[in-house]
Amino acid sequence: MMERLRQIPRDFRYLIALGVVLAIVPLLLNQFLLSVAIQTVYWAFLGTSWNIMGGYAGQFSFGHAAFYGIGAYTSTVLLVDYGISPWLGMLVGAAFAALFGLIIGYLSFQFGLKGHFFALATFAFAEMLRLVSTELEIVNTSVGIHIPPVGGDSWSKMQFENTPEYYFYVIALFLIVGLFITIIITRSKIGYYFQAIREDEEAAAALGVDTLRYKIYAVMISAAMAAIGGSFFIQFFLFVDPSLAFGVAISIGVLLRPIVGGVGTIWGPLVGALLLSPLAEFTRSFVRTPPSFLSFIEGRAGVDVMIFGVILIVIIIFAPEGVAGIAPRLWRRYQTGRDVDEKSKETVAA
Amino acid sequence: MASEQQPMTIIKPRQGLLPRETRQQLMRLLRYGLGGLVIVAIVWTLLNTGAISTWYGQWGVVLRQALVTGVLVGSVFGLVAMGLTLIFGVLHIINFAHGALLTVGMYITFTLFESFNVDPYLSVFVTIPALFILGIIIQRLIIHPARNAPGHNQLLLTLGLALFIENALLVGFTATPRFIRLSYARDEFSLGPITLDFPLRVFGTTVTLEKLAAFIFALLLTGVLYFILQRTDLGKAIRATAQDKEGAALVGIDIDRISMITFGIGTACVGAAAALVLPFLQVDPVAGNAFNITAFVIVVLGGMGNVLGALIGGLIIGLTQELWVVLPVVLPFPFPSSTKLLSVFIVFVLVLFFRPQGILGKK
Repeated sequence: MMERLRQIPRDFRYLIALGVVLAIVPLLLNQFLLSVAIQTVYWAFLGTSWNIMGGYAGQFSFGHAAFYGIGAYTSTVLLVDYGISPWLGMLVGAAFAALFGLIIGYLSFQFGLKGHFFALATFAFAEMLRLVSTELEIVNTSVGIHIPPVGGDSWSKMQFENTPEYYFYVIALFLIVGLFITIIITRSKIGYYFQAIREDEEAAAALGVDTLRYKIYAVMISAAMAAIGGSFFIQFFLFVDPSLAFGVAISIGVLLRPIVGGVGTIWGPLVGALLLSPLAEFTRSFVRTPPSFLSFIEGRAGVDVMIFGVILIVIIIFAPEGVAGIAPRLWRRYQTGRDVDEKSKETVAA
Repeated sequence: MASEQQPMTIIKPRQGLLPRETRQQLMRLLRYGLGGLVIVAIVWTLLNTGAISTWYGQWGVVLRQALVTGVLVGSVFGLVAMGLTLIFGVLHIINFAHGALLTVGMYITFTLFESFNVDPYLSVFVTIPALFILGIIIQRLIIHPARNAPGHNQLLLTLGLALFIENALLVGFTATPRFIRLSYARDEFSLGPITLDFPLRVFGTTVTLEKLAAFIFALLLTGVLYFILQRTDLGKAIRATAQDKEGAALVGIDIDRISMITFGIGTACVGAAAALVLPFLQVDPVAGNAFNITAFVIVVLGGMGNVLGALIGGLIIGLTQELWVVLPVVLPFPFPSSTKLLSVFIVFVLVLFFRPQGILGKK
């Protein structure tokens, strides 16, 4: 058994372990912690989607809300207006988002946008979708759409009012699949092409990589995953409006996780989400019910985001390559430090 | 005698009134201007034909009003964008806290007016130094420590800063929109033989005192900034740093100091703009966001790091926004009405695709 397990590549072994942990976790949590856990896993999934495009292929997206919102609105409109199950709506949304990714990817890369300019272009596309959706009748303009609650558990409508654990298992499954896709990508030709493009696009092109094609692939995979995340969250939240779907907060939230965790690493987005999402939730609840000596901040809107902003700045200044980047370095320093200690002891003994 | 020395003649390079690159930019502008004139001439001839002249007779005032407002407001956009483009040019960061700093300036102006009855146009003498110092503190505390980190980190730092500032303002001032109104906005002013009766009426359009003052002050401050950049040692050091960091360091320019001062000057620009816009806008904790986005567009439009381009980009965006709003009214065919901001993004994407180097930039 152990022998068999050892033959599986390391990342897959970690993935299996993660699956086991995720399967057990909801059994140990109360209502509040479960909602924190759902948020965490959900942001880890979105971060994983961003990481493929922004981390591995090096195409920094500052407008992932565009893909997210397309997914959110597609499944919601299909469900509310046509009674189509969100499971199917989710896939349609992913296809639309991938198509949108194909179009903007093709346009942007064909016109040679890269770096700052590409990031700003993705930002502009997300904002344009937000502004257009505030006027669009089919998505009920800026009023937004409520998803009627079925009042109970329904797998076909993806609503689990009685057993929110199912929400957790759904998004946990998505995360596992997302990470599985990431690992597959890193171990295959397409992943090497992505990284070649990230490191030096001209050199990659000179070696025969069809850079345009592979950059667009990265955008499309990433877009489809982000759309599924959007569908999921709106099913969980049961309401969508233009700023929930296409808001800047989404674009920022999505890229924060991999950047804090470690850009272009398999586990970076998960590490970032484990750090940031509970932090955001706990500061929010802390401000709602602060200890008595801090009672003046009770219920003051904004204090929680202020704290979040400060912590974000501190993390980025002190862990510029993400936590996944700094952890091995600290480990090495700890080890070399120990070696030095050993050596100095030896010299003393001599 | 052989040792007789000829006095060496020092050939001074011909120093024009303006530096060479500015001259080139102006020439390019002139060319665009001529092109514009041709278009105006064509439009003019068209206007004198039947249907169009009836249309223009009906909607001309609306269009002219949009043009006037666009230019007046655009100058302030230009001022905000100048700060942003300067920061980008030297520090190579996209400062997402620029709009939030504008909001800070607006609240300073508001507080000065409410508590001490300071005229908003005088409060620039407070907001400019205050934001300059704030900018320097931010640069020292947050931007400088991350100067060698990957590029996206600085962007996230300014984002975190923007989150912090916006929410601190929310805590301090609540979300209630605040505004100030000038007591003399509708007075008559006599300047020698001319009497100005505000709001002015020019060719059927209305020019309010607040917007005219913002326009004049914005142009004035742009001129001052341009003078500093072109004519002073500090300005030369800033431009040198923007052009070639290592080269500048080699000739003895203290890059860290210049980065700090540039960030300060950049934020001082929004300090000035804040005082100028408050009389005709209102302020809430996220009031600066709209300016932030327009400023990004203007920076790209004018060419990243190009100060003169920022002013021209500001005017273009001001015009675009105002014209976009009146289009559904004046066009003889249906046109979907939408927010001003959408037009900004459309221009933005077009510029990114077709002239990412900016309108004044070389290919």
